[in-house]
Amino acid sequence: MARKVSTNRKLLITVLAWGIGLLIFFPILWTILTSFKTEGDAIAQPPQFLFFNWTMENYGIVQERSNYLLFAFNSIVLALGSTFFALLIAIPSAWAMAFAPGKRTKDLLMWMLSTKMMPPVGALIPIYLIFRDVHLLDTRFGIITVLMLLNLPIIIWMLYTYFKEIPGEILEASRMDGASLAKELIYVLTPMALPGIASTLLLNIILAWNEAFWTLALTTKDAAPLTQFIASYSAPEGLFWAKLSAASTMAIAPILVLGWFAQKQLVRGLTFGAVK
Amino acid sequence: MKAVVTGVLSAFAFAALATTAIAETKLTIATVNNGDMIRMQKLTDDFTAANPDIKLEWVTLEENVLREKVTTDIAAKGGQFDVLTIGTYEVPIWGKKGWLVPLTGIDDQADLIPSIAGALTVDGKLMASPFYAESSMIMYRKDLVAATGMTMPAKPTWNEVKAIADKITNKDKEIYGICLRGKPGWGEGGAVEGALGNSFGARWFDENWKPQFDSPEWKNALTFFVDMMKADGPPGVSTNGYNETMALYLAGKCGMWIDATVSASALTDPKQAKFPDQVDYAMAPDTGNGNHGNWLWAWSLAIPAGTQKNDAAQKFVSWATSKHYTELVAAKEGWAAVPPGTRTSLYANPEYAKVPFAKPTLDAILAVNSAQPSSQKTPYSGGQYVAIPEFADLGTTVSQIFAAALSGEKTVDQALAESQDAATRVMTKAGYIK
Repeated sequence: MARKVSTNRKLLITVLAWGIGLLIFFPILWTILTSFKTEGDAIAQPPQFLFFNWTMENYGIVQERSNYLLFAFNSIVLALGSTFFALLIAIPSAWAMAFAPGKRTKDLLMWMLSTKMMPPVGALIPIYLIFRDVHLLDTRFGIITVLMLLNLPIIIWMLYTYFKEIPGEILEASRMDGASLAKELIYVLTPMALPGIASTLLLNIILAWNEAFWTLALTTKDAAPLTQFIASYSAPEGLFWAKLSAASTMAIAPILVLGWFAQKQLVRGLTFGAVK
Repeated sequence: MKAVVTGVLSAFAFAALATTAIAETKLTIATVNNGDMIRMQKLTDDFTAANPDIKLEWVTLEENVLREKVTTDIAAKGGQFDVLTIGTYEVPIWGKKGWLVPLTGIDDQADLIPSIAGALTVDGKLMASPFYAESSMIMYRKDLVAATGMTMPAKPTWNEVKAIADKITNKDKEIYGICLRGKPGWGEGGAVEGALGNSFGARWFDENWKPQFDSPEWKNALTFFVDMMKADGPPGVSTNGYNETMALYLAGKCGMWIDATVSASALTDPKQAKFPDQVDYAMAPDTGNGNHGNWLWAWSLAIPAGTQKNDAAQKFVSWATSKHYTELVAAKEGWAAVPPGTRTSLYANPEYAKVPFAKPTLDAILAVNSAQPSSQKTPYSGGQYVAIPEFADLGTTVSQIFAAALSGEKTVDQALAESQDAATRVMTKAGYIK
């Protein structure tokens, strides 16, 4: 029987949830508002919330100075490309670890995760030299490879956790019915783990979209994504907040829209297996 | 049939010739995203009209990101860039390592201001051509200084500056006598602290590269700085960088600001500043020893040794730093928008002399002695920095320690002792001292 919750308690919880939600969203809201201010209004003290001279000037300047569409296109290609290739490797890997574990599977998983603990700058020069020698600097293929390798440990871990929730007997049954390994993966495992795969896919897209260290270090113009677009608008000398906010708003808009439409899948996937 | 063959061959020949004629050299230019560089990008039609075979591609980035990217590329000989925008700190170090191509054919090289050209020359060869240069000076509110009944000398001492700051400060009304950067970072608070140290006769290292933070000069300099900022500075000095300090000045909260000469154009811009008509300038302060400690910085164009397009790159660098470019900017956007500080002829131009901050900028630049930044003998060149590769890290560490002194977390003595230890460690490890 469901526990009865008083109206006051419901109200309190609702207000609290909205409060926390707004607090988390506030930096994004502030960025969007600042993008419509003049540089003078952007640094005004006390800060101006809504009553300022609204202007689209910053968006005009950003459009004029940068080829936004090329940066956005590169971001999309890099995020989708790295996610696609990562899933291609991660699904079979996670299957093997979840359903056919060996003696060292746990150690292998821990080792993979430990690679995320290494500061990326430690690997910058070797990777830069390799990229130089194989002519992968400033290429989409090169940066897709790096992003894929970068996020692979997390993806394998996530999928492994989801796959562990699926009873192995179902897969066994499919095998007894004559399903090949490929069919077992595609027609049995994937549909059952779809919420988990969907959330992994979305999370990986977001991680790849936001990745700044490698995308800034290994690209210059042809493969440069939106992180580089943003980096061209902050400045240690001179006023830049309004223009930077306009550039940031343009950079986060696509992923914000994707996140909004995919929030159900994200929540479903992230809570998959949480309640038994 | 013969006519057809001749026609086809002619067409091929024409196509081949046409392809040769329009074969383009693509130059990739890495540049910092300040106003002068953005303006240059807009004016490059002038260059490409005269050089239709050269196509320009820009990589415009924030200063710190650019520095990291360009350093990685040049150290690894990545060859991603054909022209680089670098500062006076990098030029002597990179030039000595053979990472830069000496420049030839710079327009009227003798016209470059000697102190600037000197900072960009390695072994007698010009390694980078200055695009614009800056020094530091006092920018102050005439109305606030006048209200104190005092006058700002043209070349004040630190004590005179502090006396005026004491009188201007009215913390209840959020008016602060003096605003200076204190944010950690060798190019942020570290620049101001290094310059202040020089003006007090302090030096980073003696002639044998032994760190000198245990000297009385550093103690005097840092004690004065901390005391003055506590008494007359805005809140949170230890976290204020260039932008934060400029924002305070633009909002009318500072009586004085000692910083880069290029800031003057923003302070006199009615769109940005609250009191654009009340700005005046004076030489950066000294302690009566004639060393104003004003720094020197020039964003300059250089060509990395790894480029395959040296000829085209030389042509571009020559155009961008020429007198012709200066005239082009003046014609399109007015004399106040011309990149300052690089050419003697600019300051002889009567039109440019009308720009209010032209002469104070030139005076500040001419007062710099990069070869001997302190009144005591130094084994290094520089100014707000020490031109050795180890400085970027060490300068940031020391500025972090000084920021702790500014915020009251550490005493001046503790800060200097820690700085001495840090500098000794770095210099021992790098092999300068045993």
